[in-house]
Amino acid sequence: MMALLEVKDLKVRVEEREILHGLTLTVNEGEVHAIMGPNGSGKSTLSHVIAGKPGYEVTDGQILFKGEDLLEMAPEERAAKGVFLAFQYPVEIPGVATMTFLRTALNAQRKARGESEYSTPDFLKKVREVSKSLNIPQDMLKRGVNVGFSGGEKKRNEVLQMALFEPSLCILDEMDSGLDIDALRIAADGVNALRSPKRAMVVITHYQRLLNYIVPDVVHVMSRGRVVKSGGKELALELEASGYAQFEAA
Amino acid sequence: MPAVQETVERVKRIDVDQYRYGFETLIESDKAPKGLSEETVKFISEKKNEPAWMLQWRLEAYRRWLTMTEPTWARVDYPKIDFQDLYYYAAPKPKKTVSSLDEIDPEILKTYEKLGIPLREVAMLEGVEPKPGEEDPARRKIAVDAVFDSVSVATTFKAELKKAGVIFMPISEAIREHPELVQKYLGSVVPTSDNFYATLNSAVFSDGSFVYVPPGVRCPMELSTYFRINERNTGQFERTLIIADKGAYVSYLEGCTAPQRDENQLHAAVVELVALDDAEIKYSTVQNWYPGNSEGKGGIYNFVTKRGDCRGNNSKISWTQVETGSAITWKYPSCILRGDNSRGEFYSIAISNGYQQVDSGTKMIHLGKNTTSRIISKGIAAGKSQNTYRGLVTAHRKALGARNFTACDSLLIGDKCGAHTVPYIEAKNSSATFEHEATTSKISEDVLFYCIQRGLSQEEAVGLVVNGFVKDVLQQLPMEFAVEAQKLISISLEGSVG
Repeated sequence: MMALLEVKDLKVRVEEREILHGLTLTVNEGEVHAIMGPNGSGKSTLSHVIAGKPGYEVTDGQILFKGEDLLEMAPEERAAKGVFLAFQYPVEIPGVATMTFLRTALNAQRKARGESEYSTPDFLKKVREVSKSLNIPQDMLKRGVNVGFSGGEKKRNEVLQMALFEPSLCILDEMDSGLDIDALRIAADGVNALRSPKRAMVVITHYQRLLNYIVPDVVHVMSRGRVVKSGGKELALELEASGYAQFEAA
Repeated sequence: MPAVQETVERVKRIDVDQYRYGFETLIESDKAPKGLSEETVKFISEKKNEPAWMLQWRLEAYRRWLTMTEPTWARVDYPKIDFQDLYYYAAPKPKKTVSSLDEIDPEILKTYEKLGIPLREVAMLEGVEPKPGEEDPARRKIAVDAVFDSVSVATTFKAELKKAGVIFMPISEAIREHPELVQKYLGSVVPTSDNFYATLNSAVFSDGSFVYVPPGVRCPMELSTYFRINERNTGQFERTLIIADKGAYVSYLEGCTAPQRDENQLHAAVVELVALDDAEIKYSTVQNWYPGNSEGKGGIYNFVTKRGDCRGNNSKISWTQVETGSAITWKYPSCILRGDNSRGEFYSIAISNGYQQVDSGTKMIHLGKNTTSRIISKGIAAGKSQNTYRGLVTAHRKALGARNFTACDSLLIGDKCGAHTVPYIEAKNSSATFEHEATTSKISEDVLFYCIQRGLSQEEAVGLVVNGFVKDVLQQLPMEFAVEAQKLISISLEGSVG
């Protein structure tokens, strides 16, 4: 099995404070990894650094994506190469119709990869297909990006983009936050439909609950900027029972 | 590096010298002597073969101007202008009267070509959807009255307009051919005594457009004037007069670009619109004059007086502007809502970058009963620019039931620029309803990162967010103009973000 993402001894600072103290993680093609951990353990920092969000200083270590040095790439380049981050709090962009946004982004990625841009009819066809499978009404696509969307709609919009851009690595940052159980199920179904032998997912969450819907192959526990324990899906249940305190003490 | 930091770095390196339309055309020109005096005014009037009444009008304005002082209330800062150090008239040397485009200096035509301006008969852009009640867009046309350095050198589509009874010609010609209309309306909206720059314009205006749409006529095409400043040290004093008679409709497009140069160039245009009963005038501007170089040197000084008079009942005047150029912009397209039930609109996008200073807005003067007005202003400041919205909404004591809605939104890019909103609201009767909303925001790093994570470059992300921000106003522009404006917006913001 080929390693898609290799994070090696990663150390990251934000404004002089070290958040990740040497994190190592390998995700293979086709695998779904869950990263669990208490607030402040560095879960979101990891996702931001992989996606290339400004404001983080990598002081040591390496991130390889399909064998290439990810940290050398601009964030938009990473996106075009297949790194997708589903945001915990997707932003609103007033005045920009969701449809326009989707097309601009998709074509920017295709262009960066040297592929031809989608024609309008082809694009519309593709969006309709994908949005139908996710139960997203066409009307939602005409509205400004995430403007006035409910929590569930915002997350479904993230999943829609995931389906449309067909990334090889999906990082889902706290996808369950702000969702009721029904909304969670719809979003999770969407994610599950995208599981494939060529695609890996990293699911970041506080709670076991999400993992009932998106069942991981591997579970990692993060604490104080490191992965402190890894195991199978049963590790999540263990955590649910005993809490994070045992790792905090370590 | 955080995005804001990157923005700041990039702005430091900003190079507005890459001004797209910075080229000059080599054409012999015919100049008035430097400086301003009664002789200059007479020279201009003579050059234009004007009747005596016109010269008198100009001279009165000139004498009035001598008693006036430059206004200083706007939030703009510039070195004192030496009005005696300017040329007030320059014209391409007329070889002979032209009857077709083939006779025009090929240099001039080439300039238009560089600007991408279709001077010849061109059908509409592909994919334009017809507006309700309009004919097939493929058959819609734009008439171009090309003003080149103060003299209109070509007027197209004249015949078709003539058939509809629409008069569209250089104002210098209208003065000779339709003196009764010009005398009746010229200065009736912006009097010669109005303000320092308008008065100066009245004395020395060189040329401009004249439009008269007779009663009940819907002008069969959008009228368009492109003009550019092309003569070193020449003040450009355009004068435009548009009259929509009872029940008439006209849409007028104005767009301009200017070549790059070091000296500051003064521009003081006057535009007067008159809408009689049930008439409607839609006036759209895309302004892209040289904004100055990366040190803030050079660039056009743009002191413009634009005013529309909704003189008749149920009349409507709508201003839409996209302002991206000029070093200094001092411009307040306004509406006098004189007729009962008349309506005024002002839609504006003002973008400033580099060292540009914009002080722009509108005045809605409610005089008639049940008059309504709407102001949508979008200011975008980047670089080290200052962007001010200044607006006056006033209801006379007889303007019962006057209503206004104002929304002023400002967007900041980087942290070296400024956005200011200065609304003046006066209601002299208790039945007036005025609403004012204002917001100021920055393009947040989170929004940019979201777009970039989806594959857009920083610049594309800014472009997308800005286009979303100005969408309400862009929608007001005629389709073919909106496309041009959208391009211009991204050009103007190039290099504003790292």
